[in-house]
Amino acid sequence: MVTRGFSSGRRPPTDDDARIPPGQYLEQGFPVLSAGPTPRVRTEDWSFTLKHGPRPIKKWNWAEFNALPLTKMTRDIHCVTAWTKFDTPWQGVLVDDILADAGVEPPTGFTLAHAFDGYTTNVPVKDLTAGKAMVALLYEGKPITPDHGGPARLLVPHLYFWKSAKWLNGLQFTSRDEPGFWELRGYHIYGDPWREQRYTNDP
Amino acid sequence: MSDTAAVQSPWQTAGIVRIEKRTPRVTSFFFQPSRPFAYRAGQHVDVRLTAPDGYQARRSYSIASAPETNGAIELAIEKLDDGEVSPFFHEVAAIGDEIELRGPLGGHFVWPKDESGPLVMVGGGSGVVPLMSMIRHRAARNSAVPVVLVFSVRVWDEVIFRDELIALDERQDGFELVLTLTREAARRPADYARRVDVAMMAQAMARLPEPPGLAFVCGSNAFVSAAAQALIDAGVAAEIIRTERYGV
Repeated sequence: MVTRGFSSGRRPPTDDDARIPPGQYLEQGFPVLSAGPTPRVRTEDWSFTLKHGPRPIKKWNWAEFNALPLTKMTRDIHCVTAWTKFDTPWQGVLVDDILADAGVEPPTGFTLAHAFDGYTTNVPVKDLTAGKAMVALLYEGKPITPDHGGPARLLVPHLYFWKSAKWLNGLQFTSRDEPGFWELRGYHIYGDPWREQRYTNDP
Repeated sequence: MSDTAAVQSPWQTAGIVRIEKRTPRVTSFFFQPSRPFAYRAGQHVDVRLTAPDGYQARRSYSIASAPETNGAIELAIEKLDDGEVSPFFHEVAAIGDEIELRGPLGGHFVWPKDESGPLVMVGGGSGVVPLMSMIRHRAARNSAVPVVLVFSVRVWDEVIFRDELIALDERQDGFELVLTLTREAARRPADYARRVDVAMMAQAMARLPEPPGLAFVCGSNAFVSAAAQALIDAGVAAEIIRTERYGV
């Protein structure tokens, strides 16, 4: 349905339409969104726990985690609130390298990411492994600010950005695909921006 | 999650039935949905505009009206000069126009179902919009839940819903309005003329009969960060603070 009087003339400029998923617009800034206050997590209080159901597999403190192999990942990111940002430069530890350090193969096909503020989000294992996702520690070469999820956030750039949990403190293998915080509150269980899977009933 | 919902497009057309200027930069647009539209106070909708060349722009806007209001949904839209959707509404949209709308959306920043305790609400600028829906909802159902709203704007003429909020405050039925102007002197005895801070939050919450069960904070990211921290410093547990940020 064409909207009377609306034209694409005000559209934020982009030289690469093919990189913008349907319904998204290009954003130059880096907007901040979250469901609660910004936790200030000190690195000395930080830890990351890998779990299978209720059972811990391995736990790292900040120094131990930072000793894992660091990988650079520069990716476009897509927020469900309709902004897309090109070429965001992150460094962190690939989920593959976390699993290798723990010496485990994924015991199930699903995970739930956990954060210090109680936030959770579900991501299938196949979307985390094979170099697809990391626990990011640096943005533009510097420690990630609390607003953007520091000290450490999940980075799953090919899914809507609510999947990239801020203030990450754990990854839990679950026996089935368990909806997390936003997935229980009307947002899509998987969240592929290219299929525009924003809300629960989207195909 | 019924099968019929999956078949039907989630988008529906909604006609503009009323336009009301609220402040120099904020105008309310009232939309009549084409299908039944039940929502909770605090939820938002997605609005979609389509250009003749097929280009579509979508944005989320909070609902200002109460669920009890029969008929049109009120969206109070602030004009952002470098935006692409809000200037369309302010400069082009007219009564009788139809747009596409999807919703209601969001299940977190909403009036609580259990009404278990007093609520503190903090709004910055157009961040008051979803709070207004909750405050109208409270009034419409004669709820006894005590609510204090701290509403921060730059100047008196930017107090969105000013007359209505002051009238609700004067009912003295458990709703308390605290205005704070950041670039002008206070106009009412109990109001402030500064940015939100810990002392202001403590004094606002002292107007409640008991500590709040939930806090709602909405506005720009900078405002929400400052207001949420002020609430925490005033003794509110981070776990009961719900925030909604414009992003920037």
